Amino acid sequence: MGHFVSSLGQSVCSICLTTPSLSFVLRFSLCVPSSESRESEIIMAGTKEEDVKDPRIPKIASSIRVIPDFPKPGIMFQDITTLLLDTEAFKDTIDIFVERYKGKGISVVAGVEARGFIFGPPIALAIGAKFVPMRKPKKLPGKVISEEYSLEYGTDKIEMHVGAVEPGERAIIIDDLIATGGTLAAAIRLLERVGVTIAECACVIELPVLKGREKLGETPLFILVTSDAA
Amino acid sequence: MFAAENGLKGDPRLEAISAAIRVVPNFPKKGIMFQDITTLLLDHKAFKHTIDIFVDRYKDMQISVVAGVEARGFMFGPPIALAIGAKFVPLRKPGKLPGKVISESYELEYGHDRLEMHVDAVEPLERVIIIDDLVATGGTLSAAISLMESQGAEVVECACVIGLPEVKGQHKLKGKPLYVLVEPSGLDEFC
Repeated sequence: MGHFVSSLGQSVCSICLTTPSLSFVLRFSLCVPSSESRESEIIMAGTKEEDVKDPRIPKIASSIRVIPDFPKPGIMFQDITTLLLDTEAFKDTIDIFVERYKGKGISVVAGVEARGFIFGPPIALAIGAKFVPMRKPKKLPGKVISEEYSLEYGTDKIEMHVGAVEPGERAIIIDDLIATGGTLAAAIRLLERVGVTIAECACVIELPVLKGREKLGETPLFILVTSDAA
Repeated sequence: MFAAENGLKGDPRLEAISAAIRVVPNFPKKGIMFQDITTLLLDHKAFKHTIDIFVDRYKDMQISVVAGVEARGFMFGPPIALAIGAKFVPLRKPGKLPGKVISESYELEYGHDRLEMHVDAVEPLERVIIIDDLVATGGTLSAAISLMESQGAEVVECACVIGLPEVKGQHKLKGKPLYVLVEPSGLDEFC
């Protein structure tokens, strides 16, 4: 195990044999974070129950860029666009989800606008499911049903086309990241209202300090990467 | 050019794709016959055909970047990028991308909008295709081409599922080839 100081002067702990790129703001750890490291330690994770050490996950985690103070001061934004530039990491991300959901009777992959639109369709195509976009208000052209959810200040709505899904279908809901869980909880409610069972919510990244998992009720959550950034 | 003019004439996949697209009249405003691709995404076979046609076309063209225009370009671009081993680069509305961006403005019917890209997304000399669900005036795609060229990348082609009549016969957009699978559905009754 070695310690090195990243280009931002924060110490990290790494077992990884590949050299993380220092052009990105990344901290990557397989172990308990050192007491000196701050904010965003990216830790590998699988599900809550198993500590999955899938060998593809370190590369996925290290391909995610953290942008401080976006969209506002104090927020460490998890930027997956750099994961999308890493063809191997992006392929591995999709492969992990596909391996998990193929052959499980999932007929619907619902993706939350807009970054859920990037991960959802490749999964849907590979497992033989429909892709259903869940969108901000007024984007979908046909008749919609909508579900409101709380923001820090005020509320927002998520919408889905009437007839996109049928009662009895089994769905997974995809987004790039779960933070407070408000959007995913609204997506779950929306699908359940029309008689769909949500087998699982799946995100690339979880910010557990925001306790989003608690908002999902009985619905399981599957995550590839956990970050302590909030 | 339309796929049917370029070796796919009579390909039954094109008919399936066209049939899967729903027309929603008077959206977002009166007089517009909106081409709704969400029904294509619900038809797994037709969606797969769509991606397969683009992948077959681009897989041997040394394309290293697939750029997709927000938001419907995000649904078609990534599956193509993954299949041909290219990077996926999202082109977004202002204020969405968290890192340092470059932006290009383009005309709307009334006023203009901007398209943004991360500065480190593409490198000089990379070969790029730009994807969107539909091309109408070509304004958005032209802005996307400008973004790529400002970084020294080469746009090999622009590709869309649907092309409005304005582009028929127009094989190039800002000097770049344009490849389109189908014409809009549901026009026959109005022509």
